[in-house]
Amino acid sequence: MIFLKRQLPLVVTFCMGVVFAMQYYVPHPTSEALLKNASNWIIIIGGFALILGLVSLIQLHMHRIQRNVGGWGYSAVLFAAMFAMVIAGILAGGKNLDSERALTGYGWAYSYAMVPLQGTMFSLLAFFVASAAYRAFRARTKEAALLLIAALLVMWGRVPLGEYLWAFSGDIAQWILNVINSSVRRAILIGVSLGVIALSIKIIFGIERMYLGGKKE
Amino acid sequence: MPTDGIPIDVLIGAWVATGLTLFIYTFLYRDNPLFKLGEHLYVGISVGYSIVITIYAVGVKLLWVPMTEEGQWQLLIPSLLGLMISARFFPRIAWLSRISFAFVVGFGSGTIIPRLISSNVLSQLEDTIRPLATMTASGLTYTINFLDPKSDINNLITLIGVLSVLFYFFFSVEHRGAGQAVARTGIVFLMIAFGAAFGYTVMSRMSLLIGRFDDLIIFSGAEYGRPTFVLLVLTIGVLVYWAYREKQTPQTTAEEKS
Repeated sequence: MIFLKRQLPLVVTFCMGVVFAMQYYVPHPTSEALLKNASNWIIIIGGFALILGLVSLIQLHMHRIQRNVGGWGYSAVLFAAMFAMVIAGILAGGKNLDSERALTGYGWAYSYAMVPLQGTMFSLLAFFVASAAYRAFRARTKEAALLLIAALLVMWGRVPLGEYLWAFSGDIAQWILNVINSSVRRAILIGVSLGVIALSIKIIFGIERMYLGGKKE
Repeated sequence: MPTDGIPIDVLIGAWVATGLTLFIYTFLYRDNPLFKLGEHLYVGISVGYSIVITIYAVGVKLLWVPMTEEGQWQLLIPSLLGLMISARFFPRIAWLSRISFAFVVGFGSGTIIPRLISSNVLSQLEDTIRPLATMTASGLTYTINFLDPKSDINNLITLIGVLSVLFYFFFSVEHRGAGQAVARTGIVFLMIAFGAAFGYTVMSRMSLLIGRFDDLIIFSGAEYGRPTFVLLVLTIGVLVYWAYREKQTPQTTAEEKS
């Protein structure tokens, strides 16, 4: 039993890690098919992982409804919206448009409820970003001043009015994004990649085991 | 209500989209029941959408059809591994989920190592270490064209940026003397890049805001029955009534609420 609980997961990780690290260096149709099939298997496992999140969400909101916690009605609304969407989706066969290119009930809910809600939620950040910018951009140090100037130049250069008022602003914004920003992103990307590679090697060889739930049985 | 031939589903959609947009924007005043309603609707609809996508993109397309029509019964193995993740809800057999996680993490670790070395390390280094001057038929030339990311001057700036930022994050050597100057250069590059990233994010949020306002303007048309104006008045009315009720209700302490 100890083998099944402790050693088997490490053996599985090691075998999968070594096989698929080697797969990259074997340019053969069988090797490509192996990668494709394994990728599909991972997507299938990921699909089942949705159950974890779903059960947690249902537990939380059922608890609120059962105990009449303040605002339990919102949990009921959440369930109603979720089940309505699932039923509409199943009735539409998971398609947004029907055979006559008209919106299905599912497509309608997506276009007229989900998209506006999502867009509005994220656009709300525009207001809060403005107040955050005020706090972050007070040029107290030289570094903060650089941050402020770069942000202003990029914002200025990416609107038609900015380019109309100052013709070079678009070019300067583009230069900051293409040269300065990309060199920093490149350095961070190299550093992060080296870190991920080191971590992956530790995982494959069983040195890093936190993904198995720490020391718990 | 004048509809000018607008289909009824589009008309209802316009009213629903306008109402939900205004409900979410009420948060700019403060947290209130209309915002909470919109927020919970958003979570419910998003989760429902994800469930349907998963059922059809994974359950039907990758699992049911290949098994029943192509006889790929080996797909029962990933299904079993997927179900084993749910063992976490049962403490006695929770360890079963470790095997599923091991499968996924092992695959991810194995596939990512050669691909990261190739695309994120070697390719990025290759693009960084470029000739700092160009040899042409007429001899050695040096291009100073800031607008061309591949020009010699930009190659030099990129090289300085990458090396100085990498050095800034290299803590095994104390940043003193010449090292301090390099690290300071790295900070300058980082600050400009963070500022640019922030400005870029602000602009993307602004474009979303403009998109929502665009919809509100379109839906304020007479052909839709002016939902923007009608629902705006209703929303403000509800908010005023709610704020009035809040003032009238005696303040309860947190202990009493619980």
